[in-house]
Amino acid sequence: MKRAIEFDVKKLGPLIGFILLCIVLSFLSDNFLTVNNWLNILRQVSINSLIAFGMTFVILTGGIDLSVGSVLAFSSALTAGMMASGMDGMMAMMIGLMAGVLMGALNGVIITKGKVAPFIATLATMTIFRGATLVYTEGRPITGFSDQIAFQMIGRGYFFGIPVPVVLMIVIFFILMFVLRKTTFGRHTYAIGGNEEASRLTGLHVDRLKIWVYALTGGLSALAGIILTSRLNSAQPTAGTAYELDAIAAVVLGGTSLSGGRGWIFGTFVGALIIGVLNNGLNLLNVSSFYQQVIKGGVILLAVILDRRKEA
Amino acid sequence: MTPFIEMKGIKKAFHKHQVLTGVDFEVKPGEVHALMGENGAGKSTLMKILTGIYERDAGTVTVGGKEVHYKSPKEAEADGIAVIHQELNVIPTLSVAENIFLGREKTLSFTGVIRKREMEEEAKKYLEQLGVSISPKELVGQLSVGKQQIIEIAKALSLNAKCLIMDEPTAALTEREIQILFEVIQSLKEKGVSIVYISHRMEEIFTICDRISILRDGQFIGTKRIPDTNFDEVVQMMVGREIGERYPERDTSIGTERLRVEGLTLPGVCEDVSFSVRSGEILGVAGLMGAGRSEIMEMIFGARKKKKGDIYINEKRVTISSPQQAIAHGLAFITEDRKQKGLVLQMSVRENLTLPTMKKVSRAGVFQSQKEQAMVKDLIERLRIKTSSPELEVKSLSGGNQQKVVIGKWLGTSPSILILDEPTRGVDVGAKKEIYEIMNELTRNGVAIIMISSELPEVLGMSDRIMVICEGKVTAIFDNHDEVDQEMIMTAATGGENS
Repeated sequence: MKRAIEFDVKKLGPLIGFILLCIVLSFLSDNFLTVNNWLNILRQVSINSLIAFGMTFVILTGGIDLSVGSVLAFSSALTAGMMASGMDGMMAMMIGLMAGVLMGALNGVIITKGKVAPFIATLATMTIFRGATLVYTEGRPITGFSDQIAFQMIGRGYFFGIPVPVVLMIVIFFILMFVLRKTTFGRHTYAIGGNEEASRLTGLHVDRLKIWVYALTGGLSALAGIILTSRLNSAQPTAGTAYELDAIAAVVLGGTSLSGGRGWIFGTFVGALIIGVLNNGLNLLNVSSFYQQVIKGGVILLAVILDRRKEA
Repeated sequence: MTPFIEMKGIKKAFHKHQVLTGVDFEVKPGEVHALMGENGAGKSTLMKILTGIYERDAGTVTVGGKEVHYKSPKEAEADGIAVIHQELNVIPTLSVAENIFLGREKTLSFTGVIRKREMEEEAKKYLEQLGVSISPKELVGQLSVGKQQIIEIAKALSLNAKCLIMDEPTAALTEREIQILFEVIQSLKEKGVSIVYISHRMEEIFTICDRISILRDGQFIGTKRIPDTNFDEVVQMMVGREIGERYPERDTSIGTERLRVEGLTLPGVCEDVSFSVRSGEILGVAGLMGAGRSEIMEMIFGARKKKKGDIYINEKRVTISSPQQAIAHGLAFITEDRKQKGLVLQMSVRENLTLPTMKKVSRAGVFQSQKEQAMVKDLIERLRIKTSSPELEVKSLSGGNQQKVVIGKWLGTSPSILILDEPTRGVDVGAKKEIYEIMNELTRNGVAIIMISSELPEVLGMSDRIMVICEGKVTAIFDNHDEVDQEMIMTAATGGENS
């Protein structure tokens, strides 16, 4: 398998940026390069990463999903609500996950069968799902459900000293990387984003694949929501607000093209890490949260500009 | 007469790969000068050097008597050299006048308020000079491709162009539009404007051009006056060898019916279209552009909804409502627009070749790399696709090789009925012949082929039978073994006895 190690040097920009950022931060703060801090960064990054992994697929097909934050909130509330009404934790989490998959699939159906532009379709469902969450929770956080072991583990547990969310993130990362590189599903994802009309005329199941891709993103957003619920031990109806922006930023920072057909999941992972490390570093340096936003936006802009120059 | 443009000893290399090895090229005022060569011979590179997109490694370029070193097409334009690209650069939502003056609008001093009437009057003047009647107020998007092209020519004129470079100008035009374009070219000549005419269509070059220059593998082969040369000589100069007959001998035996279409109807597109094609047979489909030929084939392939009509495959009635179903019935459809509908341009040759056949090279949805590579290698060899590696992006291949990739990807599905829509458009002579030979080989193995083509010599040269479509209706089906000629086909295609 020569190709697995054959790295395209041109694509390494995000990784180099990430390493530079780490070097700078390690000089600026003594606490940055500690095991504890890194486990902390990875745990914080895991939620955004999971959503961004799904977003990578969606963007590769030439679409976008703005509803991920609302899907996260609804799945979170549903899981918590089920447990509050006495359901087994494992069962409740499965239901939360399924709800996410279905909401994602609904996005896919609206986009493909209803022929609505992804931006518009998911803008609408973002509002609908958020509204549904508020209806379900009556606008109040859900707390006080009995703390069950499986549910505890997913957000707060450790696996050989590594936080479970981080383990989940890494396992899913490798699975999705394999899917994109080695399976027909992955190849079709690239083909549809690269040229939808040609793919259709080649006999690919364009609609079906897109529905699956949105369902995948829904499922991953739901998983992120369940992890968040476990970490906080409560479900907030406003959870996940504006999470779509961080996910899109991670995908774009990783070098995936918003016009579809070009990109990779490794880049997204690095993109999510850049955002995570930046957040963490700025906190360690006691930068006010107002400035943090300015800096984060600036970094995203800089990264994208550098990326474009490379292409020209 | 002193030449307007004179290029001498032009050399250019990209990463050690020598693309041009000392090319001489000159254009006199008021001359139509054809530039010919197979894909990859260096025509585009030469023109890009002339217009300042590339820098030359060696050689001189003089325009109007003085040596020039253009850094951008803008500078070339200032000296009167304009390019009419194959992909037109017009904005469909703006009017004709607005397009002609785009970026140079006539305004009321510095206010930016556009003096519409003045622009329209001046646009009209240029259009009249070209002898066409197009209203400057019309939206460009509502014009035919041929007229849009004339708008581009008018724009070049308004920029005071002295030399127009036309790249495959007739590729998307109907017969009638080509006639109009030729009249426009004639009136440009009379005004002393010269034209560099790049085309693969031999007939046109012999109709409209004064001289022809030929490149092969980056080498300058020679310049001839059109009256002093002929078809065979030009082809030989281009490919460096005799390619023999332009169309290979058709020697297959025709078998039983593969596909029959009955009463295919979609209001506004086609009406009551019925025909059949048998195994080992090539059915040529002629007609003017916009007659509905491609649309009919898209309906048969399930890529477009039909209102009425039955399709029979091997004498059995079938329902086809999606390309997947068509493929399952052994159909394959090679579209006319390989960039928009045939290829995923940023994917590699390998990925494109196996796109419709991924099931064959994967197990449980996971690729079997070796199987895939074996299949790709086989197709590349079988079709003689020229690519340094199967991992190359398909968009970096020449037109002829891209077309072979499209054909190759469908051959992988082992189709029994192959629909080819303009299979040799933008493909050079050598590769054309190879595509014809592939078609012959397929029919020898019992494949039925439907070939849409706007090049009548090709239709006559390759088909066993010829179906003519006019305004969505079948107006004639000729047996090509009888005496059929271009005129009979054109008469049927224009739907009249005396047109």
